[in-house]
Amino acid sequence: MRTSLRLIPSFYRGIQNVTNTCAVERCMRDAPVARLTHSRLFAHKVQEKEIPLEDKKLDDLIQKAEASPPPAIEPIDIDKPRFPGSRSEWTEKLEFLMPEAYPGIPVYRVMDRKGLIRDAAQEPKLDEPTLVKMYQKMTLLNYMDRILYESQRQGRISFYMTHFGEEGILIGSAAGLDDKDLAYVQYREAGVLMWRGFTLDQFMNQCYGNEEDLGKGKQMPVHYGSKELAFVTVSSPLATQMPQAVGSAYAYKRAQNGQIVICYFGDGAASEGDAHAAFNFSATLDCPIIFFCRNNGYAISTPTSQQFRGDGIASRGPGYGIPTIRVDGNDTLAIYNVTKAARDISLQQNRPVLIEAMTYRIGHHSTSDDSSAYRSVDEVKHWDKEDNPIARFRRYITQKGYWNDEKETQWKDQAKKQVMQAFQRAEHKKKPSPEELFNDVYDELPWHLQKQRKEMMDFVRSNPEHYPLKEHAKMGAA
Amino acid sequence: MIVKRGLRSVLYALRTDARYASTRFTFVPEVAPDEYGPTTKLNLFQSINSAMDVALSTDKTAIIFGEDVAFGGVFRATINLQEKYGKDRVFNTPLCEQGIAGFGIGVAAAGSTAIAEIQFADYIFPAFDQLVNEAAKYRYRSGDQFDSGSLTVRSPYGAVGHGALYHSQSPEAYFAHTAGLKVVIPRGPIQAKGLLLSCIRDKNPCVFFEPKILYRSAVENVPSGDYTVPLGKADILRKGTDVTVVGYGTQIHVLKEVADMAQEKLGVSCEVIDLQTILPWDAQAVCESVVKTGRLLVSHEAPLTNGFASEIASYVQKECFLNLEAPIERVCGWDTPFPHSMEAFYLPDKWRCLDAVKRLSKY
Ligand SMILES: Cc1ncc(C[n+]2csc(CCOP(=O)(O)OP(=O)(O)O)c2C)c(N)n1
Ligand SMILES: [Mg+2]
Repeated sequence: MRTSLRLIPSFYRGIQNVTNTCAVERCMRDAPVARLTHSRLFAHKVQEKEIPLEDKKLDDLIQKAEASPPPAIEPIDIDKPRFPGSRSEWTEKLEFLMPEAYPGIPVYRVMDRKGLIRDAAQEPKLDEPTLVKMYQKMTLLNYMDRILYESQRQGRISFYMTHFGEEGILIGSAAGLDDKDLAYVQYREAGVLMWRGFTLDQFMNQCYGNEEDLGKGKQMPVHYGSKELAFVTVSSPLATQMPQAVGSAYAYKRAQNGQIVICYFGDGAASEGDAHAAFNFSATLDCPIIFFCRNNGYAISTPTSQQFRGDGIASRGPGYGIPTIRVDGNDTLAIYNVTKAARDISLQQNRPVLIEAMTYRIGHHSTSDDSSAYRSVDEVKHWDKEDNPIARFRRYITQKGYWNDEKETQWKDQAKKQVMQAFQRAEHKKKPSPEELFNDVYDELPWHLQKQRKEMMDFVRSNPEHYPLKEHAKMGAA
Repeated sequence: MIVKRGLRSVLYALRTDARYASTRFTFVPEVAPDEYGPTTKLNLFQSINSAMDVALSTDKTAIIFGEDVAFGGVFRATINLQEKYGKDRVFNTPLCEQGIAGFGIGVAAAGSTAIAEIQFADYIFPAFDQLVNEAAKYRYRSGDQFDSGSLTVRSPYGAVGHGALYHSQSPEAYFAHTAGLKVVIPRGPIQAKGLLLSCIRDKNPCVFFEPKILYRSAVENVPSGDYTVPLGKADILRKGTDVTVVGYGTQIHVLKEVADMAQEKLGVSCEVIDLQTILPWDAQAVCESVVKTGRLLVSHEAPLTNGFASEIASYVQKECFLNLEAPIERVCGWDTPFPHSMEAFYLPDKWRCLDAVKRLSKY
């Protein structure tokens, strides 16, 4: 009671000082006296209606209402809006925020299209072995893509997605991280895994869904995953990985393990509700995460002009309270720099960071797509020829004296051979044994799955001629 | 770095489907009733396209929207419709299924006709809240002041031979558990066109699952005009005396083959019933058949536990208890996610179904 009474004078002062009616209403709402009166009125009403209410209860009610501490009200000397959650000034201009009035968010770059450094201060001082490794991983990814794409055309694997045009984004960002940072990806990010040491055999085994696939033949091609390499298994439903990545980042923060989480996603996936949830959770829960958007201009056939009307994905960052940067996705050095800097911010400040890498999807969406149905072949050719991350990076390392035509020829032969050999090895391996389909639904097989597994195996054993048993490891092996 | 395409086909993957489909079942074209008028040879995606063409030409408020529908959709079902009806009637949405469903409900609540596409049934779950809590309950919760009856959600569903977890699912049971929705699944082009037009014109929100394996592999002479096939009515495809065999969608083709094999190998006569509408389902047709045969097999690709076959089985055992000569058989997908490399062992194929017919007849 005392405290509330003591506050009353300042409450009146507040009213005297304030001319704005909203503020008056707010003071009224907060005022203990007003509340007390209200609770008495309420109690009175209850009695009027002749609802039996013991006196003791009524007293409790009043006491509780009186005891609730009133919020501290500062004197309103400075004429500033005080609405919760905003940092505004008053304005008397009736003016809408027109998105068109703002200049586009700039695109950070280190190199120009010729591979020349624009500002020497921005050149990351990467040593020769690192730069050569980056180039080799970018090109190896490219060779692997070509072989697996063709192999799908020939019906050897069921599906494939290439990374053409996005090699720099993947290798540049992977190199800017710590290899143990947890990566959540969409599906077009095999380069990250390749950087961390996933072998060609491992990629091929997954695409074939053979018995050596780490995913045990459960998923479609390109749904890679490796616990050892901190790369969470790909899931086809878009954007689902985004709030999950935030949860992992929160857990990492509490564990103080010195790692962050990176979450890759496309310009299309960013339209999903999960994307909003992820951005908002990460900011409000102070999570050490990098959101890495690969803005490649398309979501299957849908151009970004039909996906959003704001300034790309980057313009959303500030709205969520997330530090944000836009970067040239075909400039591998720039990608490296922003990822490294984003990692520092997110680890040191426990904050999310949003990177929007601008690029172009040179390949078809997947082997199920023919992009000539919705974009011109010339448009694609332009990007492939004029603004290719591999070509640009090669120019850079050539200028540095780390690479030349002779090395290129040698490496090309070697890389192609490696890819072809791994491919053939994977093709000759058996698919998992049939009953593998029942494993990993739960940690252990519940009774009903045990029963179904037996039913399946018994049936297949007595009707072997109807099943492709030769392609699979021996039944009963899993 | 562009890989040259050896093949022209827009959806090469579906060629593999056709190859695969031929081992799993044989699609036998049906003949449309004469009264439906002149026909054109169309596959399933073309007949769906034809239904939407009719819908847009007969209803000026009707619009079509979804991911990638403007250029024809990833399965080509909306091809040429934007050219024909304009960008304000056939258009791409941002990539957001909950948005598509919610937007469609709003279009319907405002009195227009909404035809929404969800690119794969596997991706309908972000829209689940809008469909289950909103579309399905719009009429009930408003005392019939508002409804979303002119919403139809189309979505490709089911196994294709290599779709694995997220391009193969049959989620009909989730929706069949929702009062207020109608759930419809066609088996072929002629029927699909009539059923889709019924859904679009029905006064209740409908979920229409299209068996994507049939998009190209199922070809029939489809009536070019406007016709409907009634919802809530089963279709008795083959008369029989010994075992009633119930299914819908792709599985119907498996079951028709099973009926042939049962006749040939076991001398058992199967009555094959296509439910067509899963909710509300035609219990009368099924029960009348079971009263006659005394034996029932229900089969679907979706997992066994809580699949729609469970509902049919429990209803029939109550209604036809004294007529049953054998325990009702369900042959379904196993209770696992849909596997990639092991798909052949997952599916309720004709051999497993035939085995169930054998058990039923020998009981
Ligand atoms: C929830 C969900 N809806 C739809 C799809 C089908 N789909 C797969 S990829 C894709 C486009 C994604 O585009 P974007 O995010 O820009 O990534 P990109 O392919 O350009 O790398 C769509 C619509 C899906 N996988 N998941
Ligand atoms: Mg994209």
